[in-house]
Amino acid sequence: MTKSAATATAKQTAKPTAYINARLIDPETERDEPGGVVVREGLIEDIGKHLRRNAPDGMEIIDCGGHILCPGLIDAQVFTGEPGSEHRETLMTASQAAAAGGVTSIIVMPDTDPVIDQVSLVDFIQRRARDNAVVRVHTMAATTRGLKGEEMTEIGLLKRAGAIAFSNGKSSIANTRVMRNVLNYAKDHNAVIVHHTEDPYLSQNAAMNSGEVAARLGLTGVSRSAETIVLERDVRLVEMTGGRYHAATISCAESLAVVQNAKTNKLPVTCGVSINHLTLNENDIGSYRTFFKIRPPLRSEDDRQAMVQAIASGDIDIIVSSHDPQDTDDKRRPFSEAADGAIGLETLLSGVLRLHHTDGIALTTILKALTINPARIFGLSTGRLSKGAPADLIIFDPDEPWVVNKDFLRARSKNTPFDEAKLQGRVKQTLVAGVSVYRYPDTANT
Amino acid sequence: MPNARKKPKNRFPHRHLLSCENLTADELVALLDLADKAAENNRKVDKKRDLLRGRTLINLFFEASTRTQASFELAAKRLGADVLNMNVSTSSVQKGETLIDTAVTLNAMRPDIIVVRHHAAGAVELLSQKVDCSVINAGDGSHQHPTQALLDALTIRRAKGRLEGLLVAICGDVVHSRVARSNIELLNALGARVRIIAPSTLLPPTPERFGVEAFTDMWSGLDGVDVIMMLRLQRERMQGAYVPSSREYFHFFGLDHDKLSKAKPDALIMHPGPMNRGVEIASTIADHSRSVIREQVEMGVAVRMAVLEALSTHLPS
Repeated sequence: MTKSAATATAKQTAKPTAYINARLIDPETERDEPGGVVVREGLIEDIGKHLRRNAPDGMEIIDCGGHILCPGLIDAQVFTGEPGSEHRETLMTASQAAAAGGVTSIIVMPDTDPVIDQVSLVDFIQRRARDNAVVRVHTMAATTRGLKGEEMTEIGLLKRAGAIAFSNGKSSIANTRVMRNVLNYAKDHNAVIVHHTEDPYLSQNAAMNSGEVAARLGLTGVSRSAETIVLERDVRLVEMTGGRYHAATISCAESLAVVQNAKTNKLPVTCGVSINHLTLNENDIGSYRTFFKIRPPLRSEDDRQAMVQAIASGDIDIIVSSHDPQDTDDKRRPFSEAADGAIGLETLLSGVLRLHHTDGIALTTILKALTINPARIFGLSTGRLSKGAPADLIIFDPDEPWVVNKDFLRARSKNTPFDEAKLQGRVKQTLVAGVSVYRYPDTANT
Repeated sequence: MPNARKKPKNRFPHRHLLSCENLTADELVALLDLADKAAENNRKVDKKRDLLRGRTLINLFFEASTRTQASFELAAKRLGADVLNMNVSTSSVQKGETLIDTAVTLNAMRPDIIVVRHHAAGAVELLSQKVDCSVINAGDGSHQHPTQALLDALTIRRAKGRLEGLLVAICGDVVHSRVARSNIELLNALGARVRIIAPSTLLPPTPERFGVEAFTDMWSGLDGVDVIMMLRLQRERMQGAYVPSSREYFHFFGLDHDKLSKAKPDALIMHPGPMNRGVEIASTIADHSRSVIREQVEMGVAVRMAVLEALSTHLPS
């Protein structure tokens, strides 16, 4: 799966392949109909109903068995441990987990050691990804040096080197002047500023959402305001500077209102939500289960429902896994001392399908937040089923039930909040640039 | 000679030179004409004149300066004045004296002209209200530096034969630059068109209110310009506050051959100095055949002589 798959990814298939007998879903056009796709040299050559039953001569034909064929998912928030903490996750292992979860593009965060705040480090990630990863890897670069929130990085040169956007990682820029200058400067380079919104002072020592559950557990809580205060400030700064802004992961109804208001005022503001905040709430923490300790913290059931509704209405633009591998040793601690973070690449699609199965949200709507929307925000040519687009495709059965067993997950760290969860929907095959990088059932791990 | 004295009196009705803002085109042209004559005078062997004989000029510099202070000193001496250079680092200012007390104290010594540079915008004007003599602003914070704008205009006029209709690009730290402010006002008054080029973090808000066109892309900003004025980027602005690094700044806003090629083939290259070679201007560009940076220094003395001459008509005789 390592070297050969990597070279296979780079190599383009010579013979055109027709994927027939599929249920085509293209979130961009809201197409949802039976049909097929022809892939040649890594690109989508043809698409449509006429390919439902058969394909022109001379093509390799693959029967999708009536399963859904849609663009591969784009996950815009993935933490890895490369460089610096390869024992937790490498670009290779993260990409394998992604492929198994139907994710064909991952955007990796700059929170590494060293921090991705220099041109040479962006180059390092790109080279390592080229040599080792089975899916596309894009890099976010740090907004400030060392993620310290003080001095802005070389946004122009980093963008030219290939940084897809800029993020201050898991920390907010507390200094308002720095944030203003960053947004103002980034505008000149058409760079997207992705921001984790959490007031560092209000969230100090916080272990979970503030409220009744935290009070009962005797844990320090962080209020929704810690998120909303920074978000509201940022929106003001966007208004002042015109900089392009994306709130990385909002988690409560109040934040949603801020983003909606900004959008109503035609500000260049978008936002994301993590799969965890769409499917879990603070009650899941139960008796101090640290695998549910994440940032922003899991909120109340009302907040979760507000997030789900915002996916249905399109007010939240994208869904991310916020895949954040942590050592078992860092998780097996008293709750307040345990590390934040949950892995999520491999369970991303099955997780969001809960929104379809339980909440009745249309598949095209859900998939928009994982394909065309992130593609537009970050300027990617993938995430769509259209002629000439890269053949990053997944075939999945939205109904197949399975039980998550963390030992079978491909991520190097096993801190999933979905262990033993019953999920519905499985990826059957994942293609990156027309090359198969995952096929189920896959014998490598079972 | 009496005739020559009379002429500027009519055409320069100000006791102080504090800003370019309130000067009319006629007044500016008169100063430039005077400066042209001074420039010729300065190329003679005997440069000494006696216009300001018996007069005292004080150079009061609260901010370090070599070229401006030397330029004023030389200009005053060539016109026959006595010059006192006040070194602020050893003066009573360091002992806690306020600006107004310093002004009152100096005024009591009966100088005729005080040349002031101060780090705070508006400080020179404040001082001018407390003294009986003429005051020349040699730079106040990020506000004004009128003699710099005059010497830039003179340099352009001598190289191009005119100012009207020229397209001038001012590039760099515009928002913090007194040179830029004075130049924008002066060039607009004399009919040139001004562009400012800088990253958004170094542009003033509402540039259109200054009568300029703003660009954040230097390649398009320099397209077809007749004159390129580079501004100095101060070190404290480079370290990630307004600009990420000097490397990135040079890449996008440093004047190099590639960006220069967008300007007209005979475009002038200017810089008020002191230059950061490799930050805002490539070394080879600073020494380019179209660079008039040394001429700017020469014209500096001439312009300051012209200003002193114009103001001298208001001195009590």
